[in-house]
Amino acid sequence: MTGNRKWNNGETNNQNKKAKIVCTENLAHEYSRRDENGNIIEIVRAIDGVDIEVEQGDFIAILGANGSGKSTFAKHLNGLLYPTEGAVYIDGIDTTQKEKLLTVRRTAGMVFQNPDNQIISNVVEEDVGFGPENLGVPTMEIRKRVLDCLKSVRMQSYRKRSPNHLSGGQKQRVAIAGIMAMRPKCIILDEATAMLDPVGRLEIMDTIRSLNQEEKLTIILITHYMEEVTKADYVYVMQEGKVALKGTPREVFACTEKLTECRLTIPKITQLAQELNRAGLPVPGDVLSEEELLACLKI
Amino acid sequence: MSLILQNVSFTYDRGGSNEKQALTNIDLEIGSQEFTAIVGHTGSGKSTLMQLLNGLEKATEGKIYFHGRDIYEKGFSMKELRSKVGLVFQYPEHQLFESTVLKDVAFGPRNMGWENLQIELNAFQALKEVGIGEELFDSSPLALSGGQKRRVALAGVLAMQPEILVLDEPMAGLDPAGRQDIFQMLSRLHQERNISILFASHSMDDVAEYAKRMIVMHEGKIVLDGPPRKIFRYEKELKQIGLDIPSVTKVMHRLRDRGIEIDDSCLTVQESAAEIVQWYRKGAIE
Repeated sequence: MTGNRKWNNGETNNQNKKAKIVCTENLAHEYSRRDENGNIIEIVRAIDGVDIEVEQGDFIAILGANGSGKSTFAKHLNGLLYPTEGAVYIDGIDTTQKEKLLTVRRTAGMVFQNPDNQIISNVVEEDVGFGPENLGVPTMEIRKRVLDCLKSVRMQSYRKRSPNHLSGGQKQRVAIAGIMAMRPKCIILDEATAMLDPVGRLEIMDTIRSLNQEEKLTIILITHYMEEVTKADYVYVMQEGKVALKGTPREVFACTEKLTECRLTIPKITQLAQELNRAGLPVPGDVLSEEELLACLKI
Repeated sequence: MSLILQNVSFTYDRGGSNEKQALTNIDLEIGSQEFTAIVGHTGSGKSTLMQLLNGLEKATEGKIYFHGRDIYEKGFSMKELRSKVGLVFQYPEHQLFESTVLKDVAFGPRNMGWENLQIELNAFQALKEVGIGEELFDSSPLALSGGQKRRVALAGVLAMQPEILVLDEPMAGLDPAGRQDIFQMLSRLHQERNISILFASHSMDDVAEYAKRMIVMHEGKIVLDGPPRKIFRYEKELKQIGLDIPSVTKVMHRLRDRGIEIDDSCLTVQESAAEIVQWYRKGAIE
C-alpha cells in the first residue's frame, strides 16, 4: 500500500499528508561518533527509511529492542531532532519549518521515561500550568485547563500537593496532564512506563486509553512491554532503524519468529494459546487476552 | 555462609523534619545457594533493605550478622562486607566513569588494596563471566550499547568476588532478549560460582520463571516469604498491596474459580499448557 502511494501524483500525496496527524516519508537519521580528538570515527544510521502514517485519533504502538531506533524516531515527532533524509509532517506541518516549531510542539507533546526529570514545580497544579503559561494563555483559561487536565488523569485531589511525594505512576500522570494542558492533538510516550511498578504501569495504561477513547487524542506509545500494545489499533516493530513488521497487534504477534529475531517476544497469554493450539485444543494461536482464552475453552 | 537480620528497623532523617520510617522489625536470613526475588511496590522498602545488607545504610535498630559476626561491632571490616555482599544499583551503567572498560571494572578491587596481578586477574575474569569480549577491554565504556554497559557495571561488582550479589531491578529498561541474557548470566554465576542472588523486580513473570524464593514487602515490612508457587496463591492479598500474579497463573486461577478441577499453582507457559491439555482431554473422553 505504501508502495502505491509513492507513485501517486504530487497533489494527492500532499492532501494525504495534510489529513494525517503524523506522517513520515522515507525518514532517515544519521549521527556521527567521534574519538577524544573530535575526529569522526563512525557514522551511525539510527533510522533508515521509515514511512509511518497515523490517523487522528489512532492508538499506535512502536515496539523495538534497545538500540533499534525507536527513541530517535520519537524525537523527530516534535522537533527535538531533524531528519538527515526524508521528512516528518505533524498535522500537515513539515517539522523543519523553524517558525512553526512551537506549533509542532504544541500539537505533538512528549512524555519521557523518567518522571523525576519532567517535574519542575513544587506544587502539582503549578507544574501542570507551566506549559500553557509559557504559551501566553490567559490566567482564567489556565486555571480551567489545569483542573480539566488533572481530572482527566484522575489526579485532581492532589492539585495542591508537592510532586515530590507522589509515586512514580502519579508523577507520570501529572506529566501527562502538563502536556494535555497545552491542548495537543497527539501524545507521544517514550517508554513512559519503564521505571514504574505494576500498579503505576496500569494507571498510565488506563489513563492513555481513556484519553484516546474519550478525548479522541492520538496516542503513540513506545515500549518494550508486549502486554501494553495488545489494545493498540496498530503496531510498528522497529529493527536496526527500519520498520520490520507492522499490523494490528493480532497480526504482529502471529509473527513469533520475526519478533524473536527483533529481540522481542509475544505476550505470555498468546504463548499459552499457541501451546494449546499445537496440542489440538480449539484455541486459535492469536489470542491476546485472558477473557478471550477462557471464552475459547467455553467456560 | 549467611546474612542474618534480627529485628531491624530503619528511619530516614531521624529526628529531622522529613523523618520517615522505611523498615520496621525485619527478621530475615539470606543463606548460600539462594536465588531470591524481593517484590513490593515503589516505596515499600526494597531498596532501603538492599542498602542495609552491604552496610551502605546503618540500621537504626536491630542487628545484622554476616558469617556470625555483628557488622556494627567495633573492628568489623565494612570494606570486607562491601566486597562480599556486592550491591548493584538500578541503572548501574549510569555509574561507569573510567576511560576504559578494564579500568572501570578494576576500580573496586584496586580500592580493596589488592595486588596488581590479582586486580587484573579479577577484572579479566569478571568481564569474561558477563560475556564482554577482550576486543572491548580498551574501549570507552560510554561507547558501548546499553546492554553491554549494564554488563560491564555488573562485572565491576563481580570483580570484588562477592558471595552474595544484591541487584536492584537488574532488568529495568531492557528489551525481552536483554532481560533473558541478564537472567541466564545470573543463573550461571549462581550455579558455577555458588553466588547467592538476591534481586528486586517488578515483573511477576520474571519472578515466577527464575526465583526459588520470593520475599514480599509492604510498608517497610516483610509480609510474605516463601517459594513463588506458594506465594502466588495469595492473588487477592498481592493485588491489595499493588502487586500482581503471573499472567498464566491468573488464567489457572480463573479456571479454578469456575469450578474446574485443575492444579492452579502453575507458573510457566509450559506447565499451564500441560495442565489445561490434560483437563481438556479428560473431559473429551467422558
